[in-house]
Amino acid sequence: MFKPKIVAFCCNWCSYAGADLAGNNRLEYPADVKIIRIPCSCRLNPTFILRAFGRGADGVILCGCHPGDCHYSTGNYFARRRMKVLFSLLNFMGIDEGRTRVEWVSAAEGAKFAATMNEFVEKIRELGPNRKLTDLRLRDGEKDEHLSEQANWGDENVLPSERAAGGAE
Amino acid sequence: MTSEKELKQKAIALLNDGTVTAVLGWKKGLFDEDVTPYVFRTASEIENDFVYNGYCSANLAKYLVPISTRPNGINPVIQNADGTKTTPKTLVFLKEKDKLGFNLLVKEHRVNADNVVVVDVDFPASPTPNITVADIEKLSVDERFVFWKKELSRCIRCNACRDICPACTCEKCIFDNPKSEISQKVASDNFEENLYHIIRAWHVAGRCVGCGECGRVCPEHIPLHLINGKIIKEINEDFGEFQSGADSKTNSPLLTFEKDDPEANLF
Repeated sequence: MFKPKIVAFCCNWCSYAGADLAGNNRLEYPADVKIIRIPCSCRLNPTFILRAFGRGADGVILCGCHPGDCHYSTGNYFARRRMKVLFSLLNFMGIDEGRTRVEWVSAAEGAKFAATMNEFVEKIRELGPNRKLTDLRLRDGEKDEHLSEQANWGDENVLPSERAAGGAE
Repeated sequence: MTSEKELKQKAIALLNDGTVTAVLGWKKGLFDEDVTPYVFRTASEIENDFVYNGYCSANLAKYLVPISTRPNGINPVIQNADGTKTTPKTLVFLKEKDKLGFNLLVKEHRVNADNVVVVDVDFPASPTPNITVADIEKLSVDERFVFWKKELSRCIRCNACRDICPACTCEKCIFDNPKSEISQKVASDNFEENLYHIIRAWHVAGRCVGCGECGRVCPEHIPLHLINGKIIKEINEDFGEFQSGADSKTNSPLLTFEKDDPEANLF
Protein backbone atom coordinates (compact mmCIF):
# COMPACT_ATOMS: atom_id res chain seq x y z
CA MET A 1 0.00 0.00 0.00
CA PHE A 2 1.11 3.54 -0.77
CA LYS A 3 2.60 5.13 2.31
CA PRO A 4 2.45 8.89 1.86
CA LYS A 5 4.95 11.31 3.36
CA ILE A 6 3.09 14.12 5.07
CA VAL A 7 4.70 17.19 6.60
CA ALA A 8 2.68 18.92 9.29
CA PHE A 9 3.84 22.37 10.39
CA CYS A 10 2.43 22.87 13.87
CA CYS A 11 2.30 26.03 15.95
CA ASN A 12 4.19 25.61 19.20
CA TRP A 13 1.40 27.09 21.33
CA CYS A 14 -1.67 25.25 20.04
CA SER A 15 -1.41 22.46 17.57
CA TYR A 16 1.87 21.04 18.83
CA ALA A 17 0.29 20.79 22.27
CA GLY A 18 -2.84 19.40 20.59
CA ALA A 19 -0.72 16.64 19.04
CA ASP A 20 0.73 15.97 22.49
CA LEU A 21 -2.75 15.66 23.93
CA ALA A 22 -3.74 13.27 21.14
CA GLY A 23 -0.76 11.14 22.16
CA ASN A 24 -1.60 11.27 25.86
CA ASN A 25 -5.15 10.21 25.11
CA ARG A 26 -3.84 7.29 23.00
CA LEU A 27 -5.68 8.52 19.91
CA GLU A 28 -4.43 6.92 16.72
CA TYR A 29 -3.31 8.72 13.62
CA PRO A 30 -0.97 7.43 10.88
CA ALA A 31 2.78 7.51 11.43
CA ASP A 32 3.15 9.02 7.93
CA VAL A 33 2.67 12.46 9.46
CA LYS A 34 5.96 14.13 10.34
CA ILE A 35 5.48 17.10 12.62
CA ILE A 36 7.71 20.16 12.41
CA ARG A 37 7.31 22.63 15.25
CA ILE A 38 7.20 26.31 14.36
CA PRO A 39 6.87 29.23 16.81
CA CYS A 40 3.69 30.52 15.15
CA SER A 41 1.72 29.62 12.01
CA CYS A 42 2.85 33.00 10.72
CA ARG A 43 6.47 31.79 10.82
CA LEU A 44 5.80 29.47 7.91
CA ASN A 45 7.68 30.85 4.97
CA PRO A 46 5.84 29.70 1.83
CA THR A 47 9.20 28.46 0.56
CA PHE A 48 9.13 25.84 3.36
CA ILE A 49 6.08 24.30 1.70
CA LEU A 50 7.72 24.32 -1.71
CA ARG A 51 10.90 22.83 -0.23
CA ALA A 52 8.94 20.06 1.48
CA PHE A 53 7.26 19.15 -1.81
CA GLY A 54 10.55 19.39 -3.68
CA ARG A 55 12.18 16.98 -1.26
CA GLY A 56 9.48 14.35 -1.67
CA ALA A 57 6.55 15.22 0.59
CA ASP A 58 3.17 14.13 -0.77
CA GLY A 59 1.14 16.58 1.27
CA VAL A 60 1.75 19.58 3.51
CA ILE A 61 -0.59 20.75 6.26
CA LEU A 62 -0.29 23.85 8.43
CA CYS A 63 -1.87 23.75 11.90
CA GLY A 64 -2.20 26.86 14.02
CA CYS A 65 -4.27 28.47 16.73
CA HIS A 66 -7.87 29.39 15.96
CA PRO A 67 -8.18 32.90 14.51
CA GLY A 68 -8.34 35.27 17.46
CA ASP A 69 -6.42 32.92 19.77
CA CYS A 70 -2.91 33.51 18.47
CA HIS A 71 -0.24 33.60 21.17
CA TYR A 72 1.19 36.65 19.41
CA SER A 73 -2.32 38.18 18.94
CA THR A 74 -2.48 38.40 15.15
CA GLY A 75 0.03 35.98 13.59
CA ASN A 76 -2.47 33.47 12.26
CA TYR A 77 -4.51 36.16 10.51
CA PHE A 78 -1.50 37.02 8.39
CA ALA A 79 -0.77 33.33 7.80
CA ARG A 80 -4.34 32.83 6.62
CA ARG A 81 -4.12 35.58 3.98
CA ARG A 82 -0.72 34.38 2.84
CA MET A 83 -1.75 30.74 2.53
CA LYS A 84 -4.95 31.67 0.72
CA VAL A 85 -2.94 33.37 -2.02
CA LEU A 86 -0.21 30.71 -2.09
CA PHE A 87 -2.63 27.78 -2.38
CA SER A 88 -4.51 29.49 -5.21
CA LEU A 89 -1.22 30.16 -6.98
CA LEU A 90 -0.07 26.54 -6.61
CA ASN A 91 -3.42 25.34 -7.90
CA PHE A 92 -3.08 27.75 -10.82
CA MET A 93 0.32 26.24 -11.60
CA GLY A 94 -1.25 22.78 -11.73
CA ILE A 95 -0.97 21.36 -8.20
CA ASP A 96 -3.98 19.38 -6.91
CA GLU A 97 -5.95 21.44 -4.41
CA GLY A 98 -6.05 18.68 -1.76
CA ARG A 99 -2.29 18.50 -1.30
CA THR A 100 -2.09 21.65 0.77
CA ARG A 101 -4.26 22.42 3.74
CA VAL A 102 -4.63 24.77 6.69
CA GLU A 103 -6.39 23.64 9.85
CA TRP A 104 -6.90 25.47 13.14
CA VAL A 105 -6.36 23.14 16.12
CA SER A 106 -6.16 24.37 19.71
CA ALA A 107 -4.21 22.77 22.55
CA ALA A 108 -7.41 21.26 23.94
CA GLU A 109 -8.40 19.60 20.68
CA GLY A 110 -6.40 16.37 20.70
CA ALA A 111 -9.30 14.52 19.12
CA LYS A 112 -9.62 17.09 16.35
CA PHE A 113 -5.88 16.83 15.66
CA ALA A 114 -6.04 13.05 15.26
CA ALA A 115 -9.21 13.26 13.15
CA THR A 116 -7.71 15.96 10.89
CA MET A 117 -4.57 13.93 10.33
CA ASN A 118 -6.54 10.75 9.56
CA GLU A 119 -8.67 12.65 7.09
CA PHE A 120 -5.69 14.36 5.44
CA VAL A 121 -3.71 11.12 5.07
CA GLU A 122 -6.79 9.50 3.51
CA LYS A 123 -7.05 12.39 1.04
CA ILE A 124 -3.37 12.13 0.06
CA ARG A 125 -3.70 8.34 -0.37
CA GLU A 126 -6.52 9.07 -2.81
CA LEU A 127 -4.42 11.60 -4.74
CA GLY A 128 -1.43 9.25 -4.89
CA PRO A 129 2.27 10.09 -4.84
CA ASN A 130 3.34 13.64 -5.54
CA ARG A 131 5.23 13.52 -8.85
CA LYS A 132 4.45 16.95 -10.20
CA LEU A 133 6.46 18.80 -7.61
CA THR A 134 9.30 16.47 -6.69
CA ASP A 135 12.85 17.17 -7.54
CA LEU A 136 13.88 15.18 -10.64
CA ARG A 137 16.75 13.59 -8.74
CA LEU A 138 14.33 11.96 -6.31
CA ARG A 139 12.15 10.38 -8.95
CA ASP A 140 14.36 7.36 -9.56
CA GLY A 141 13.24 6.74 -13.13
CA GLU A 142 9.56 6.50 -12.28
CA LYS A 143 7.13 7.51 -14.99
CA ASP A 144 4.52 10.18 -14.49
CA GLU A 145 1.77 7.59 -14.74
CA HIS A 146 -0.93 9.68 -13.14
CA LEU A 147 -0.63 12.33 -15.82
CA SER A 148 -2.23 12.15 -19.24
CA GLU A 149 -0.32 11.10 -22.38
CA GLN A 150 0.05 14.73 -23.20
CA ALA A 151 1.62 15.40 -19.85
CA ASN A 152 4.55 13.13 -20.65
CA TRP A 153 5.65 15.38 -23.47
CA GLY A 154 9.16 15.48 -22.00
CA ASP A 155 9.89 11.80 -22.70
CA GLU A 156 10.25 12.13 -26.43
CA ASN A 157 12.29 8.94 -26.68
CA VAL A 158 9.63 6.84 -25.00
CA LEU A 159 6.81 5.52 -27.17
CA PRO A 160 3.29 5.59 -25.68
CA SER A 161 3.18 1.78 -25.74
CA GLU A 162 6.44 1.54 -23.80
CA ARG A 163 5.14 4.13 -21.42
CA ALA A 164 2.04 2.05 -20.69
CA ALA A 165 4.15 -1.09 -20.17
CA GLY A 166 6.75 0.64 -18.02
CA GLY A 167 4.24 2.60 -16.01
CA ALA A 168 4.02 0.08 -13.22
CA GLU A 169 7.72 -0.08 -12.34
CA MET B 1 2.67 59.90 -28.09
CA THR B 2 4.80 62.82 -26.89
CA SER B 3 7.19 64.09 -29.57
CA GLU B 4 10.94 63.58 -29.20
CA LYS B 5 11.63 67.23 -30.00
CA GLU B 6 9.39 68.43 -27.16
CA LEU B 7 11.14 66.16 -24.63
CA LYS B 8 14.59 67.26 -25.82
CA GLN B 9 13.66 70.93 -25.39
CA LYS B 10 12.28 70.32 -21.92
CA ALA B 11 15.35 68.36 -20.82
CA ILE B 12 17.83 70.90 -22.17
CA ALA B 13 15.95 73.80 -20.58
CA LEU B 14 15.97 72.15 -17.13
CA LEU B 15 19.61 71.14 -17.52
CA ASN B 16 20.68 74.66 -18.54
CA ASP B 17 18.85 76.48 -15.72
CA GLY B 18 20.47 74.15 -13.15
CA THR B 19 17.28 72.47 -11.86
CA VAL B 20 18.75 69.07 -12.69
CA THR B 21 22.28 67.83 -13.29
CA ALA B 22 21.42 64.63 -15.10
CA VAL B 23 18.68 63.38 -17.40
CA LEU B 24 17.57 59.76 -17.37
CA GLY B 25 16.27 58.88 -20.81
CA TRP B 26 16.72 56.60 -23.78
CA LYS B 27 19.82 56.56 -25.96
CA LYS B 28 19.94 55.92 -29.68
CA GLY B 29 21.68 52.71 -30.72
CA LEU B 30 22.96 51.27 -33.96
CA PHE B 31 19.48 50.24 -35.10
CA ASP B 32 16.04 51.71 -34.49
CA GLU B 33 15.05 49.02 -32.00
CA ASP B 34 18.43 49.27 -30.27
CA VAL B 35 17.35 51.72 -27.54
CA THR B 36 19.15 51.79 -24.17
CA PRO B 37 18.34 53.62 -20.93
CA TYR B 38 21.08 56.20 -20.38
CA VAL B 39 22.04 59.03 -18.02
CA PHE B 40 22.65 62.21 -20.05
CA ARG B 41 24.75 64.99 -18.52
CA THR B 42 25.17 67.68 -21.20
CA ALA B 43 22.87 69.45 -23.63
CA SER B 44 24.96 68.34 -26.62
CA GLU B 45 24.63 64.70 -25.56
CA ILE B 46 20.87 65.06 -25.44
CA GLU B 47 20.83 66.86 -28.79
CA ASN B 48 22.76 64.05 -30.49
CA ASP B 49 21.78 60.81 -28.75
CA PHE B 50 18.39 61.23 -27.03
CA VAL B 51 15.62 59.28 -28.68
CA TYR B 52 11.91 58.74 -28.00
CA ASN B 53 9.93 56.41 -30.20
CA GLY B 54 7.78 53.27 -30.05
CA TYR B 55 10.78 51.19 -28.97
CA CYS B 56 11.24 53.14 -25.73
CA SER B 57 9.08 50.80 -23.67
CA ALA B 58 11.75 50.27 -20.98
CA ASN B 59 10.64 51.43 -17.53
CA LEU B 60 13.16 53.95 -16.19
CA ALA B 61 11.86 54.02 -12.59
CA LYS B 62 14.14 51.27 -11.32
CA TYR B 63 17.29 53.03 -12.57
CA LEU B 64 16.52 55.76 -10.05
CA VAL B 65 17.37 53.47 -7.13
CA PRO B 66 21.17 53.93 -7.29
CA ILE B 67 20.93 57.43 -8.81
CA SER B 68 18.62 59.00 -6.22
CA THR B 69 19.67 57.16 -3.06
CA ARG B 70 23.45 57.12 -3.52
CA PRO B 71 24.27 60.60 -4.86
CA ASN B 72 28.00 59.98 -4.58
CA GLY B 73 27.98 57.49 -7.39
CA ILE B 74 26.25 58.04 -10.70
CA ASN B 75 25.09 61.61 -10.05
CA PRO B 76 27.73 63.08 -7.65
CA VAL B 77 27.06 65.70 -5.00
CA ILE B 78 28.00 69.22 -6.16
CA GLN B 79 30.69 71.07 -4.18
CA ASN B 80 29.84 74.76 -4.18
CA ALA B 81 32.50 77.51 -4.14
CA ASP B 82 31.47 78.63 -0.63
CA GLY B 83 32.01 75.12 0.77
CA THR B 84 28.35 74.07 0.88
CA LYS B 85 27.04 71.02 -0.91
CA THR B 86 24.06 70.71 -3.23
CA THR B 87 22.26 67.39 -3.67
CA PRO B 88 21.91 66.88 -7.41
CA LYS B 89 18.56 66.24 -9.02
CA THR B 90 17.79 63.88 -11.85
CA LEU B 91 15.19 64.38 -14.55
CA VAL B 92 13.28 61.25 -15.48
CA PHE B 93 10.67 60.50 -18.13
CA LEU B 94 7.88 58.26 -16.87
CA LYS B 95 5.00 56.72 -18.79
CA GLU B 96 1.65 56.22 -17.12
CA LYS B 97 2.29 52.60 -16.12
CA ASP B 98 5.87 53.38 -15.05
CA LYS B 99 4.49 55.80 -12.46
CA LEU B 100 2.98 52.85 -10.57
CA GLY B 101 6.46 51.36 -10.23
CA PHE B 102 7.84 54.78 -9.26
CA ASN B 103 5.23 55.25 -6.50
CA LEU B 104 5.99 51.78 -5.17
CA LEU B 105 9.72 52.51 -5.03
CA VAL B 106 9.05 55.80 -3.23
CA LYS B 107 6.76 54.03 -0.75
CA GLU B 108 9.44 51.45 0.01
CA HIS B 109 12.11 54.16 0.41
CA ARG B 110 14.09 52.76 -2.49
CA VAL B 111 13.87 56.00 -4.44
CA ASN B 112 14.32 59.40 -2.85
CA ALA B 113 11.61 61.47 -4.52
CA ASP B 114 13.27 64.72 -3.36
CA ASN B 115 16.13 64.12 -5.77
CA VAL B 116 13.94 63.39 -8.76
CA VAL B 117 12.09 65.62 -11.23
CA VAL B 118 9.42 63.65 -13.05
CA VAL B 119 8.22 64.50 -16.55
CA ASP B 120 5.15 62.60 -17.74
CA VAL B 121 5.21 61.21 -21.26
CA ASP B 122 2.53 59.54 -23.36
CA PHE B 123 3.16 56.10 -24.77
CA PRO B 124 0.83 53.97 -26.90
CA ALA B 125 -0.87 51.24 -24.86
CA SER B 126 0.64 47.80 -25.29
CA PRO B 127 -1.44 45.36 -27.39
CA THR B 128 -3.92 43.16 -25.55
CA PRO B 129 -2.22 39.90 -24.52
CA ASN B 130 -3.47 36.87 -26.44
CA ILE B 131 -3.75 34.76 -23.28
CA THR B 132 -5.27 35.80 -19.96
CA VAL B 133 -5.46 34.41 -16.43
CA ALA B 134 -9.09 33.43 -17.00
CA ASP B 135 -8.12 31.33 -20.05
CA ILE B 136 -5.78 29.20 -17.95
CA GLU B 137 -8.22 28.93 -15.04
CA LYS B 138 -10.65 27.27 -17.45
CA LEU B 139 -8.24 24.35 -17.98
CA SER B 140 -8.17 21.30 -15.72
CA VAL B 141 -5.45 20.93 -13.08
CA ASP B 142 -3.40 18.51 -15.18
CA GLU B 143 -3.72 20.67 -18.28
CA ARG B 144 -2.56 23.68 -16.31
CA PHE B 145 0.45 21.74 -15.09
CA VAL B 146 1.34 20.72 -18.65
CA PHE B 147 0.85 24.29 -19.86
CA TRP B 148 3.25 25.70 -17.29
CA LYS B 149 5.74 22.87 -17.73
CA LYS B 150 5.84 23.58 -21.45
CA GLU B 151 6.18 27.31 -20.98
CA LEU B 152 8.62 27.35 -18.09
CA SER B 153 10.93 24.65 -19.47
CA ARG B 154 11.98 27.18 -22.11
CA CYS B 155 13.40 29.45 -19.39
CA ILE B 156 17.09 30.13 -19.96
CA ARG B 157 17.53 31.67 -16.50
CA CYS B 158 18.70 35.03 -17.84
CA ASN B 159 17.06 36.80 -14.88
CA ALA B 160 15.68 39.51 -17.18
CA CYS B 161 12.24 39.20 -15.52
CA ARG B 162 13.85 39.82 -12.15
CA ASP B 163 16.01 42.70 -13.32
CA ILE B 164 13.19 44.63 -15.03
CA CYS B 165 10.67 44.29 -12.18
CA PRO B 166 10.15 47.61 -10.33
CA ALA B 167 9.03 45.71 -7.21
CA CYS B 168 12.19 43.57 -7.16
CA THR B 169 15.01 45.73 -5.77
CA CYS B 170 16.91 43.68 -3.15
CA GLU B 171 20.62 44.46 -3.08
CA LYS B 172 21.32 40.79 -2.44
CA CYS B 173 19.17 38.31 -4.35
CA ILE B 174 18.71 34.62 -3.54
CA PHE B 175 18.98 33.81 -7.23
CA ASP B 176 22.56 35.10 -7.24
CA ASN B 177 23.54 32.54 -4.63
CA PRO B 178 25.14 29.59 -6.45
CA LYS B 179 24.12 27.29 -3.57
CA SER B 180 20.42 28.19 -3.78
CA GLU B 181 19.71 25.14 -6.01
CA ILE B 182 17.54 27.29 -8.24
CA SER B 183 20.14 29.64 -9.65
CA GLN B 184 21.32 27.13 -12.21
CA LYS B 185 19.68 25.48 -15.14
CA VAL B 186 19.80 21.79 -14.20
CA ALA B 187 17.14 19.96 -16.16
CA SER B 188 14.40 21.47 -18.23
CA ASP B 189 11.51 19.37 -16.93
CA ASN B 190 12.49 19.72 -13.31
CA PHE B 191 10.43 21.19 -10.51
CA GLU B 192 13.23 23.69 -10.08
CA GLU B 193 11.95 25.39 -13.21
CA ASN B 194 8.60 26.04 -11.58
CA LEU B 195 10.24 26.83 -8.27
CA TYR B 196 12.28 29.69 -9.71
CA HIS B 197 9.19 31.35 -11.11
CA ILE B 198 6.96 30.65 -8.12
CA ILE B 199 9.53 32.18 -5.77
CA ARG B 200 10.09 35.15 -8.05
CA ALA B 201 6.35 35.80 -8.26
CA TRP B 202 5.89 35.25 -4.54
CA HIS B 203 8.62 37.73 -3.58
CA VAL B 204 6.62 40.53 -5.21
CA ALA B 205 3.18 39.22 -4.19
CA GLY B 206 0.93 42.05 -3.04
CA ARG B 207 3.44 44.61 -4.32
CA CYS B 208 3.40 43.74 -8.04
CA VAL B 209 1.99 46.72 -9.94
CA GLY B 210 0.85 44.55 -12.85
CA CYS B 211 2.87 46.40 -15.50
CA GLY B 212 3.54 43.18 -17.41
CA GLU B 213 7.19 44.03 -18.04
CA CYS B 214 8.37 40.53 -16.96
CA GLY B 215 6.44 38.96 -19.82
CA ARG B 216 7.57 41.61 -22.28
CA VAL B 217 11.31 41.27 -21.67
CA CYS B 218 11.33 37.45 -21.63
CA PRO B 219 13.53 36.36 -24.57
CA GLU B 220 11.67 33.03 -24.64
CA HIS B 221 8.23 34.69 -24.68
CA ILE B 222 7.03 32.97 -21.51
CA PRO B 223 3.79 34.69 -20.35
CA LEU B 224 5.28 35.40 -16.91
CA HIS B 225 2.89 38.25 -16.15
CA LEU B 226 0.14 35.63 -15.78
CA ILE B 227 1.69 34.23 -12.58
CA ASN B 228 1.57 37.60 -10.86
CA GLY B 229 -1.69 38.33 -12.63
CA LYS B 230 -3.20 35.37 -10.78
CA ILE B 231 -1.91 36.68 -7.43
CA ILE B 232 -3.34 40.14 -8.14
CA LYS B 233 -6.68 38.63 -9.17
CA GLU B 234 -6.79 36.50 -6.03
CA ILE B 235 -6.01 39.47 -3.77
CA ASN B 236 -8.65 41.62 -5.48
CA GLU B 237 -11.29 38.93 -5.14
CA ASP B 238 -10.60 37.92 -1.54
CA PHE B 239 -9.31 41.03 0.19
CA GLY B 240 -10.84 43.86 -1.86
CA GLU B 241 -9.63 45.82 -4.87
CA PHE B 242 -6.05 46.96 -4.55
CA GLN B 243 -3.77 48.62 -7.09
CA SER B 244 -0.18 48.55 -5.93
CA GLY B 245 1.63 51.79 -6.71
CA ALA B 246 -1.55 53.83 -7.14
CA ASP B 247 -0.27 55.99 -4.28
CA SER B 248 2.79 56.05 -2.01
CA LYS B 249 0.88 55.40 1.25
CA THR B 250 -1.47 52.37 1.29
CA ASN B 251 0.02 49.12 2.59
CA SER B 252 -0.07 45.86 0.67
CA PRO B 253 -3.10 43.66 1.56
CA LEU B 254 -0.70 40.90 2.62
CA LEU B 255 0.62 43.18 5.38
CA THR B 256 -2.76 43.61 6.99
CA PHE B 257 -5.84 41.48 7.75
CA GLU B 258 -9.55 41.42 8.48
CA LYS B 259 -11.09 39.18 11.12
CA ASP B 260 -13.52 37.62 8.62
CA ASP B 261 -11.06 36.78 5.84
CA PRO B 262 -11.89 33.65 3.84
CA GLU B 263 -10.24 30.39 4.89
CA ALA B 264 -7.23 29.24 2.88
CA ASN B 265 -8.37 25.73 1.95
CA LEU B 266 -9.54 25.39 -1.63
CA PHE B 267 -11.89 22.46 -1.04
